[in-house]
Formats: sequence, structure tokens, C-alpha cells
Amino acid sequence: MDSKSPFCLKLLPALFAAVALALPATSHAQDRPIRIGLVTFLSGPAAGPFGVPAKIAAEAIVESLNAGKVPAPYATKGFGGIPIELSIIDEAGGATKQVAEFRNLVERQNVDFVIGYIGSGDCLAVAPVAEELKKLTVLFDCGTPRVFEDASYKYVFRTRSHATMDAVAGALYLLDGKPAMKNYAGINQNYAYGQDSWTDFTAVMSTLRPKVEVTTSQMPKFGAGQYGPEISALLQTNSDVIHSSLWGGDLEAFMLQSMPRNLFANSQLILVAGEPYLHRLPGNIPDGTIIGARGPNGAYAQKSALKDWLIQVYKQKAEIEPNYPAYSVAMAFLGLKAAFEKAKAKNGDDTEAVIKALEFSTFDSPSGKVMMKLGKGHQAVTGTSYGVTKTVNGQITLTNIKTYPVEQVQPPEGVKSLDWIKDGMKPGKW
Amino acid sequence: MTTQQLLAIAIDGLIYASWLFIIAVGLTLIYGVMKILNIAHGSLYALGAFTSVTFTSAWFAHGYPVMGSYAMLALAAVVVGLVAGPVIERGLLRFLYGKDEVVLVLVTYALFLILEDLIKLVWGVDPLFIQGPKGETPYALLGNFSIGSLNYPTYNLLLVGVAVTTAIVLTWVLARTRAGKLLIAVIHDRETAAAMGIDVGRTYFVTFTLGAMLAAVGGALTAPTVSVVTGMGAEVIVIAFAVVVIGGLGSLPGAALGALIVGLVRAASIHLRPELELFAVYFVMAAVLIVRPKGLFSAAEVRRI
Repeated sequence: MDSKSPFCLKLLPALFAAVALALPATSHAQDRPIRIGLVTFLSGPAAGPFGVPAKIAAEAIVESLNAGKVPAPYATKGFGGIPIELSIIDEAGGATKQVAEFRNLVERQNVDFVIGYIGSGDCLAVAPVAEELKKLTVLFDCGTPRVFEDASYKYVFRTRSHATMDAVAGALYLLDGKPAMKNYAGINQNYAYGQDSWTDFTAVMSTLRPKVEVTTSQMPKFGAGQYGPEISALLQTNSDVIHSSLWGGDLEAFMLQSMPRNLFANSQLILVAGEPYLHRLPGNIPDGTIIGARGPNGAYAQKSALKDWLIQVYKQKAEIEPNYPAYSVAMAFLGLKAAFEKAKAKNGDDTEAVIKALEFSTFDSPSGKVMMKLGKGHQAVTGTSYGVTKTVNGQITLTNIKTYPVEQVQPPEGVKSLDWIKDGMKPGKW
Repeated sequence: MTTQQLLAIAIDGLIYASWLFIIAVGLTLIYGVMKILNIAHGSLYALGAFTSVTFTSAWFAHGYPVMGSYAMLALAAVVVGLVAGPVIERGLLRFLYGKDEVVLVLVTYALFLILEDLIKLVWGVDPLFIQGPKGETPYALLGNFSIGSLNYPTYNLLLVGVAVTTAIVLTWVLARTRAGKLLIAVIHDRETAAAMGIDVGRTYFVTFTLGAMLAAVGGALTAPTVSVVTGMGAEVIVIAFAVVVIGGLGSLPGAALGALIVGLVRAASIHLRPELELFAVYFVMAAVLIVRPKGLFSAAEVRRI
């Protein structure tokens, strides 16, 4: 190190102070649009089924919001009359990269809010940084309950339900249709979401039906691609049910390889995250497969003006109907808009006021009513639905849809998901 | 462990090993001859897969008989090999021969990143798969065969057949033909071989093109069984690397044995202790490297100070 360093070091704080002063205040002047950082997968295996539909939906939603064409109660232009602009970042590359990208968004691109994150690992990594940088961040799609069960945040929100209800409602639906089942097997990816999903599901099953046995739990590597031996192992167990939270290219490869081998001739398949693939899998998914959409999204959403609106604006950009990540991103934008406008009408639209307005709020979305009731008002809850596939004219549709209310599928505030499941899933007060 | 399980492990292991061998053999061939650890091998594999999706889709779109899709897979592999191989070797690698092996690893790694982005530019980020007009897939088209209570798509026999044929042909070429003997001379001592009048540049050119084609064959044969997605090359290079390291870098029988070991170990762990699957392959690799640091079939090397 040269002799000038101490002087430079002394200068640094002054430099930081100067930069900090130069930053615009958090309150939104009318003359500048609200800039939202959108983080979603634009490349890699999660891009096609999740990231890109979320991006298409976000762009369609923002255009529609800026034009003031969203149905009530969201008819005002932009956020409270101020137009919105997006700064879109690719979520690929892992949690460390995402933390750096998040800092970039906040400190260099100077966004007002961040909406993002599909990967649970990214959500867990970014949340503390959002807190440190005091940037209101809305997690829109990741599922892990750990975000608000293991920590508490002021600046971080999640506008969709966490993944516990996928396992709970999935098991309830399964047992409704197959009350005499004796055993089940699982094939889930060997990483955070796959393991959590299997742990939750087995916990629910052993609570609801202690005598039902697990035959095998296959945990292929994320992105493994080749499932020959796994399929043989599953075939040999001849299980009544096969549970899977596979998604993306892995799910498609697994279906392509298992269908010709008649894996599902005697086994009921349940895909807890299967909804985004239905339009891609005609001919490669058996009728009667139980499908989850991570909430009352897509085909499971009740008919409403907001649902019709989302389908219409999405279809203008893509030829197909929006899937659940598109519904998730809609919840994030509409929840934030509602809070922003509530804050603006009441006591100003700075970050602190928007946080106050979003905490414990209830808002309408294309997936129905969303209540910010967990995680000290930072974690959304909704009911959920499950159904089974039926091929009609070469298209896969969902039938026999059952809807489960919040209290049946979500732990109440202050109780950890796994504890709640093991304690018999007693309905909380909502 | 039941007999049925043992049988399943053997068959699953053999099928998986065949797939591994097809992917790994090009990697080990290029290293053996050119001393280049070609990280871009994974991208060539991916290129083979993406190109075969394009070719088969065009084939199906014209309404030609679905059985012809297999010819499209083969054509895709040949085209990728004959285009990408020469372009990479003549356009890039030949300027770097004689440089340190580490430099070449970095160069091929850079090439890997470039090709990954090129694939995104050309094919986009949506996963693709091969499907005929009525949902036929080349994977299921050949029907199934049964062993015991298990049934397998006959397509798997095709994989085994291609792997065994590749091994036999390569071994025969190396041991019995003039070209093979020249190649071995280059492998042993590049400078002396050149001094004896062997066209080393041409040997490298042919080897790299062949290696690229083998990677593309791996990709083309894999395409019907998976959804073809960006990043698939990165997944494959790691396991292919484990295979050739176990066998000994640059050794043909080493790649075959390495593939068989990895295939059987993975199948055994999936059938017996699935929770160990992720770990088992790399445990075997570590164990082999402790006993034989240069792999099972590594040739003795003169130590260079």
C-alpha cells in the first residue's frame, strides 16, 4: 500500500456522504416516474415456465396500469397517477450474484421498489440486504415459509402464500380421492424447494394417515435430466401414489421418460407445481394427475373482472393464457399499488408510509382476495385449490376442482409450519 | 437386495453408462491427442441437442414419416460436428497450440460461455422438446422391451448400441489402421512425429472435429429424452469430467470403465440408498484418485522438471 492511502481512506466517508446527499429523497415527486426493479429468471431452466411468463405479465400489467385500464379498484393511472417504469434484471446466477444485483438496483439504478425473486434461495439471501438498504422489496413468487418464520423484516413483503399450503391441500385432495391408499413414493429435486416440499408432504401425511408408508424418496440432482434408474426404482415399489415437486426442464424430462414406461399405470401422480406445464405436456401427462398451482391461480382462480383483465393483457403479449407465476406477479403489483395509493391519500407516499399501508392490508387480485396476515403483516395468505387433469380435444384441462380456505391449509401467525402440521393442523383464527 | 433389484441396477447402470460414454469419449479423445481439456464440449453437446430439435421439428412440420426423425438426429450431430469442430479448431485453437494447458482450459471455458449465449440468441430460453404431430417422441416410437417386471423403451438399446459401436470402432481405428498409428505417434511425441513427416496440424483438425461430433451425437441422442434447455451443457460437462478423470484423462478404455463405474454406482445408490445419489459418484471419483491420482488407465508419464 502506498503512503497516500490514509488520506484516501479519510476522504472515503466524505465521498459517501456527498453521494448520499445527492440521492433523491424517497418521496415521489410528480415529475419523475416510479421506478420498480423487477427481478425474474430470463435465462436458465426456470426462465421458460416461470421467469419469462412473470416478465411478460409484469410488462403487460405496467402498460395497462400506466394507461389506466385496470378494472376497479385499480383504475387510477400508474401508482396514484404517477407512471411506473420497470428495470428488469435476470435472476439467474445464484444468490451471491443476486445480492450484488440487488445492491446495483438500489444504489446505482436508484429504484423506488423492488419486486422479484422466484428462487427460494434468492429470497432468503436478498431479504436481509433489502432490510439493510431500507428498500421496500416485494417477493412475488418464492415459496419457502422460512422467510418470515425464521426472521422478521420491516422492508420485505411477500404478496403470495408460502408453500406449506401446497403440501397440506395436496394431501387433503389426494386422501379425498384415494382414501384407501397404503403407501406413496416421492421424486423431488435435491435442493431447498424439493426437500422442503417433500418434508412438508410427508409430515402432513403422517399426521393425517399415520399408517400410510413411504416406499422410496428419490432425490435427483437439480437439472439431472436422466431419470432412468429413478423410474426403475419407482416402478419396483409399485406405490399407490407418486408425489413430485419437480418443475421446469426436470419435470418435462421426467414425464417424457416415465410415460413410455407406464410408471403411472398403477400409481396416482401428484405434481404440486405442475400447472405451468399443462400447455406443454399434452400427450405426456396422464389424465387424472393431481395438479397444484401454488394457490388459487390460473384455471383455479374464480371468475372476476381482474382475472379477465389479466388474461386479456397477457394474451396480447403471449399467445397462451397466463400461468401461476403471472398471477403471482400481478398480486405483487396490485398489492403495492393499493398500499401506495392508500399511503398517498393519508400521510404521504414515502417508503415508511407505504410500508405502514401494506402491513396487514387486504387487497383484490386476479387470484381473489389476498390478506397480508402472517409475518407481522408482511406475508400474504390465501386459500388454495387442487384439481385433476383431463385431456379435451388435445388440450389439458383441469376438472374436479376443490378449494380449501385459509384456515384449513395455513398455520396461524406465530406458529411454524412444520410444528403446526405435526400438531394436527388445527385451524387458526383469521 | 433382491435379484430383481440387482438386475435393475445392472440394466439401469448399463444404460446410463452408455449415455455417459458417448458424452465422455469425445472429451477424453481430444485431451489424449491435443492435451486440451475442452470445457466447450458441454456446449457442443447442447448444440447437438438444440440442432436436432430444429431438424426433427422441420421434419415433422413437413409431414414426413415419424421414423425419419432418427435420421434427423444423426444428421444434426454430423452437421454440428462438421461445422462447429473445424470453425473452433481452425479459427481459434490452432493459434494456441503449445501454450500452457491451463491457458487452453481458460480459452475453452470462454468459448463455452460464448456458445451458451449464442444458443440463447438462436433458440431462446424456452425449454424445447421433440414431439411429432400426434405427440410421438423418438424416445417412445420404438416400443418397449421387458426384463423381469421392468420395462424400458427400446430407444435405450439404441444408446447402448451406439456406445458399444463407438468404442469398438475407435479402438479398431487406433490399433489397426494407419491413421490410428499416426495418431498414437502424435499422442506420444508431437515434435518427433512432426519431424518424421506426420502432419500434426491435420491430425489435430481431424481429432477435434471427431470429438466435436461425438459431443453432438451425445446431445442429439439425449434430445428426445429430455426437454432441451439452455444450461444443459454445463450439467453434462461436470459428470463427463468425473467419468474421464476416473478412467484417466485421454484413455479410451478408461472412459469406458469410468462410465461403467459411474453408471453402476449411481444406479446402485438410487435403488438402495437414494439419499446418497448426489454424493456417491464423487465419492468414487475421490476414492479412485486417492489410489491412482491420474485415473485408472493413465499412462506412465516422463516427469518433466
